Amino acid sequence: MTTDNKSLRPSATFSQHVLDEIHRAADEGIYEIRGFGAKRPLPNFDDLVFLGASMSRYPLEGYREKCATDVVLGTRYAKKPIELKIPITIAGMSFGALGANAKESLGRAATAMGTSTTTGDGGMTEEERQASKTLIYQVLPSRYGLNPDDVRRADALEVVVGQGAKPGGGGMLLGHKITARVAEMRDLPEDIDQRSACRHPDWTGPDDLKIKIQELREITDWQIPIFIKVGATRVSYDVALAVKAGADVIVVDGMQGGTAATQDVFIEHVGIPTLPAVRMAVDALQELGMHRKVQLIISGGIRSGADAAKALALGADAVSIGSAAMVALGCNRAVFIEDYAALGTAPGYCHHCHTGRCPVGITTQDPQLEARLQPEQGARWVRNYLSTMVLEIQTLARACGKSHVLNLEPEDLVALTVEAAAMAKVPLAGTDWIPGSNE
Amino acid sequence: MGTRTCHRVYLGSLMTTFDLNTDSVRALNQSLHDASSGHTSVTKPGGQHCIACGIDAALEVSIDGHVGYYCAGMNQEAHITITGNAGPGVAENIMSGTVRVKGNASQYAGASGHGGTLIIEGDASSRCGISMKGVDIVVAGSVGHMSAFMAQKGRLVICGDAGDFLGDSIYEACIYVRGAVGELGADCIEKEMTDQHVQDLTQLLAATGIDAAADEFRRYGSARKLYHFDIDHANDY
Repeated sequence: MTTDNKSLRPSATFSQHVLDEIHRAADEGIYEIRGFGAKRPLPNFDDLVFLGASMSRYPLEGYREKCATDVVLGTRYAKKPIELKIPITIAGMSFGALGANAKESLGRAATAMGTSTTTGDGGMTEEERQASKTLIYQVLPSRYGLNPDDVRRADALEVVVGQGAKPGGGGMLLGHKITARVAEMRDLPEDIDQRSACRHPDWTGPDDLKIKIQELREITDWQIPIFIKVGATRVSYDVALAVKAGADVIVVDGMQGGTAATQDVFIEHVGIPTLPAVRMAVDALQELGMHRKVQLIISGGIRSGADAAKALALGADAVSIGSAAMVALGCNRAVFIEDYAALGTAPGYCHHCHTGRCPVGITTQDPQLEARLQPEQGARWVRNYLSTMVLEIQTLARACGKSHVLNLEPEDLVALTVEAAAMAKVPLAGTDWIPGSNE
Repeated sequence: MGTRTCHRVYLGSLMTTFDLNTDSVRALNQSLHDASSGHTSVTKPGGQHCIACGIDAALEVSIDGHVGYYCAGMNQEAHITITGNAGPGVAENIMSGTVRVKGNASQYAGASGHGGTLIIEGDASSRCGISMKGVDIVVAGSVGHMSAFMAQKGRLVICGDAGDFLGDSIYEACIYVRGAVGELGADCIEKEMTDQHVQDLTQLLAATGIDAAADEFRRYGSARKLYHFDIDHANDY
């Protein structure tokens, strides 16, 4: 009997991916742990478009008229705010999850572009401090590698409450990535699975956090900005509480944000997309009269100058990129195909950061794999990518008649879907309808 | 706020005094950060937060009264004595030096401490030594629940009793308890108290001035069953 193709009707409920996942769970008895960010379709910045200049708006000449991109972060309390040349920063990614060459590449590129990088779980490496002129030092629940010497030589501190890929979750660095150096930095034995706590050990809630931030300011003599990073969930409340706790800068990380290793169910089903998170954060700041006084950085699935420009137009002061910077470094590039295959994957599909067997030498501690990413080349790629993003932002800003990218505004945008219109609170294209706002 | 710092010769060295009823914590901490040696006396702390945090020198600091959150946080090299009770997070992330509390300590005492010594002459509340990474903590009294949670390195010595879930998810830290222990946390077990452990503990007790016989203690540490994620141990997490 031969198969009748007309009878091969796939189930929308039990799609091939769902069938595969149930089979995998039945075989292994454990959830999938993986890297990268959410893979399912989500409302995103592609659902917005700019209204370029027209009869009522005056554009700027694309290549000749100035369109500034500088941004200052941390103007609320810090004696030494951070001055960046571009509104794109590099998000926190740990040494441990990433190899030293990847971290150095990011630092060199950021320095060349006049922006910042951010440490991650596990502390600050000397290479990273040397490579990155402006370095944000994260204070994470695990406190791995946290020490006052590095606190004092940081350009800002970022208290991480959560991240977009897993708000409410801790972390797991699997044992094969815990080399002697990583273990020493984290005060752990080698080769064990390292758990990162989901809560800070010495504060619970915003009232405590306010005092914790006071302590960090006292230790640093009120010189440097204090950021608070939250995963996007109850954004309005979290932003208001972060302001109350004394943040100079708030980082809101949407659910498209990446991770080195987390349960797939966490990545795909916890948190809200970056698109609504921006607007909720800006609204909260405006309600408190703190918009532009407490700076807002948006991250989570930012891929291009267009994404960045739309986040800025909605009211962010800067964006931060993590996964996209790794892609610029070569993540999922179609090279070393056989090594992707050895992981059971292929270029374009790889999310195997957690294995430590990164085919392109980014998320690995293996010397042979890491040698595939040389800092000079990596820095060049990321620098080129950042330059492209900046040119794209300027192109869009000039088209809207803005001489500074921070002059972009919600009125420059319309939405292509009802959902995006409701989330971003901009009109549905061709109408003056903002669902939920002006009915 | 005006600073009323006075300097006087104390036992042959310069003594700086801060009255926190009139002087600010900011002025005190800046003075401590600028100093490379000497003795600072702090009076009337009034439960204020972040007193004497971030010191990076071998200073002597005496605090006469109760302190709030994060006193002596991230201490390096300094020797700090609190004659009173300490609020949450005393000596959090301590790197070196000593912090002595001549009273009771609230929760998170010595949290994530990397080195140095924290001595609490009274009781400590919950989560004492949480996430500790090399500090020695000696508590003359008892500790509350979840103490030494995810403790990685160092020693937590409890001369009194320990609350429930002691040493939950512990790594390579070592816990000594003289009194009763509530329910042990995940992966924490009692271990043999060898002659070497008695000798080490005797030295630590002597160095911290706590009067207790080392051979009266029991030792607890990690069963190391949770070091690698194993689905067969999922219910233990």
